[in-house]
Formats: sequence, structure tokens, C-alpha cells
Amino acid sequence: MTHAIQLLVGSRKGAWIYRSDTARRSWSVEGPLFLGQIINHFVRDPRDGRTMLMAASTGHLGPTILRSTDGGATWAEATRPPAFPKGDPHGRSVNHSFWLEPGHASEPDVWWAGVSPPALFRSGDGGDTWESVEGLNLHPRAMDWFPPEGGTPDGAILNQVVIDPRDARHMYLATCSAGVLETHDQGATWRPLNQNVRCDFLPDPYPEFGQDSHYIALAPSDPDRIWQQNHCGIYRLDRPAERWERIGEAMPADIGDIGFTVVPHPRDRDTAWVWPMDGTEVWPRVSPGGRPAAYRTRDGGATWERQDRGFPAEQGWFTVKRQAFCGDACAPAGLYIGTTGGEIWMSDDEGGTWRQVAAHLPEIYSVVAVPLRP
Amino acid sequence: MIAVSIPSQLIAYTDGATRVMAEGATVAAVLDDLDLRFPGLKFRVVDEQDRIRRHMRIFVGPDEARTVAAPVGGGDQVLIFGALSGG
Repeated sequence: MTHAIQLLVGSRKGAWIYRSDTARRSWSVEGPLFLGQIINHFVRDPRDGRTMLMAASTGHLGPTILRSTDGGATWAEATRPPAFPKGDPHGRSVNHSFWLEPGHASEPDVWWAGVSPPALFRSGDGGDTWESVEGLNLHPRAMDWFPPEGGTPDGAILNQVVIDPRDARHMYLATCSAGVLETHDQGATWRPLNQNVRCDFLPDPYPEFGQDSHYIALAPSDPDRIWQQNHCGIYRLDRPAERWERIGEAMPADIGDIGFTVVPHPRDRDTAWVWPMDGTEVWPRVSPGGRPAAYRTRDGGATWERQDRGFPAEQGWFTVKRQAFCGDACAPAGLYIGTTGGEIWMSDDEGGTWRQVAAHLPEIYSVVAVPLRP
Repeated sequence: MIAVSIPSQLIAYTDGATRVMAEGATVAAVLDDLDLRFPGLKFRVVDEQDRIRRHMRIFVGPDEARTVAAPVGGGDQVLIFGALSGG
């Protein structure tokens, strides 16, 4: 069963919307929207199907949230974007918002934002005004978890907020300098969840925190199964266990298990896709060998298969950033990537074949697939 | 009244105006006055700790304001620029 898809694309230079027919074969484009703005994330609210938020900034101006309540027909700036309280004891100011997460289904107006420097913000009014989540941002260990000098080339980030679909109070964060953090009280208290996750850039290779968790995803069919693409490998954790298993060691040695993102199958808890990148020597962060490919496991990470049909067989040097690989819920599942080279590719057969949907866009930061009609 | 020069990056807030009038005895006060009429403008120029953002520059006449506490006198001109910020 397939249906029409809307791809929300955020890039280094603006946003685009691609819309498909019900077969996901032909695509139309709307955009650019907000040309020149840096759009780190572009998300539609699955609860009302109409509210859309973009995490925006520009080369010059401070960060903001752009917001539509009519499915993208009209846009306005958030009245009060994420910002630390004046007089923050650590002197922080928000450099940019990186991740936007609609709240739990039981809380229709709640949104969460992960920002740089790493911090968490909450909105209770559909993204119009935002408050600092002090349980994290003023946590006694906040400066240990998020040291000012830590982080990615674009700055340290709280790169993901993930909510347990069964419990609004149970949330995970993925961060670039404290790994995964977990709360059971909706953000009042937090603790690291990083057992057995490697840190090959610290003296203690298996610390309590310090990991660079690039991306985590709960299996939609089993929210106790967490997939993680870490700076140091691919991991899986089946709760209530606390110890991650490095499933990426089953990847081909010449490809490795470094990457930015992981996409679980919408229905099969044992299936997921990753997009490997070259993490050798100086970390080129390109497709290994210039040969782009997704890798799929169908047995929980015990084995992996290469899926490259349709991609350039050589001299393809793009990669795929954290928010730029996603799937839909169709059967067969569709997969979508946005590349650092400004291309959008898709597969409508669960990675068996790939085709290009768009090219010549700016560097793509995020791709989110939602049903065209709620 | 203070004449304020608005850079292209901010004219979406001022309905396209590149020169607007404001009141205030400091750069902060001038920006607060502008923000009343053009909501959201100040936060794009100055962060929540009152620091002028890295790629924005503000001058009072010929002199660069390093902080928003810089004084502004009657008849002064305030110039806001988007500075170099990369490709």
C-alpha cells in the first residue's frame, strides 16, 4: 500500500518541498522557501498535520524558528524563539536550533528543540514561544556533559530528542559530547545511557559519558529497541538492558561502521539501514571509496547487505548528514536521502534500487518524509 | 530622534525600509525601541546575553559600538551592518 509523500527538505541555503503522486514515481517541487536561510530541520506535526516548523538562522542573523499553522501556506517567525534566560550562569546564548521534535501524541501543543550549544527547549503552544528546560540546561553536570570546547565542526549540539510513544515522560537525547541521555520524568532529571559505547578520542575508551551519538532511532514496531549510529560505530540496545551492543562490527571491514544516521524499518524490528561514510585517517566524511551505498540489516545487525543499485559506481563523493536519511511508512517502505552535494535520492523498494529525485540544490541538512495528506 | 540604517538582512522586519527612526540613549535602548515596532528584529542582532552577534556590526556615527551599552546622542546616526560571514 503506497500513498503520496511530501518531502520536507532543509538545506544550507533554504527549504524545499517535494510532493509525489500516490505511486511515488513523479515529483513536483515548491521552493525555494526562505532562500539563503540555513534550515537545519524542517518538520510537520503528525498530530494535527498542519503545523510546520523550521529551525532557521542565517550567516549574519541570530537563530529563529519559522512556523506555519496552515500546512505551509503562510509562515511567521516564532514570537519567542529558543533562548537562554538572561544572566545564564554559563553565559550561553543559542547559536542555532538543530532538531525540532513534536511532543507526545497526548500533548498536542508541545514541541521540543535541541540547540547549539547543547541544550533543550520546550514549547507548550505549538512552537510559538519556548522555555529553557532547566532540568537539563542547569543540571549540575551540564558543563561536564557539554563542555564549551566540545563538539562538531559546526559547534557542539544537542542533536536529537526522541520520545517513547508509550510514555510522554520517557525521553532520550542524542548529543555530541555526552552520548545518549535518558529521562523518566520528562526532563526534570537525566542520566547517561552509554554503557559499552566506544569513545576512541578519550583516554577512557568506555566512559560514562563523552560519546558522540550521531543519531538514535526507536524501532516503530518495538520502541524498546534503539538503534544508534555513533561517531564510533553502529550500536543496538534492547531495553530494559543498559549495555549497547556494537552491531557495526559485522559491516565489511573496508567500509567500516562510521556514519551519521540510521533508519529503522516501519514494521520490522530487525531491519534498519545505515549510510556509511569514510571515517579513516583525517575523517574525509565521504562515501567510502567514492562509491555511495546504503547498507541494510534484516537480522538486527548480525549481517549487512550493500544496496547501491542506481547510485554512481565510482567518483561519488557525497555523504548524508544526520537528519537527511529517512523512510516512509508505505509497503514497500520508501527511503529518502539528501546529500551534501545537493541531491535527493529515493528508493521505493526498501533500498533495492535508487533513483535521483532532484539535483543541484545546496548542501542538504534534513529530509523528512510525511504523508502528503494527513 | 535617532536615524537607524537597516541592512538588507533585516528589511523583512521593517517592511523594506532601509532607514527608520528610533529613540534611546544607548544602542540597547534604540534596539529595544525598534523591537517594539518590528518584533523579533533585536534578537537577530543581539543575543540573549546582550552580546552583539558575531557577524553583525553596529556603528554610532563613525565609531563602532562594541557593546549595546554604547551611548547614542540626539542627532546621532546608528548604522547596522551584516558583516562578513562566509560562503
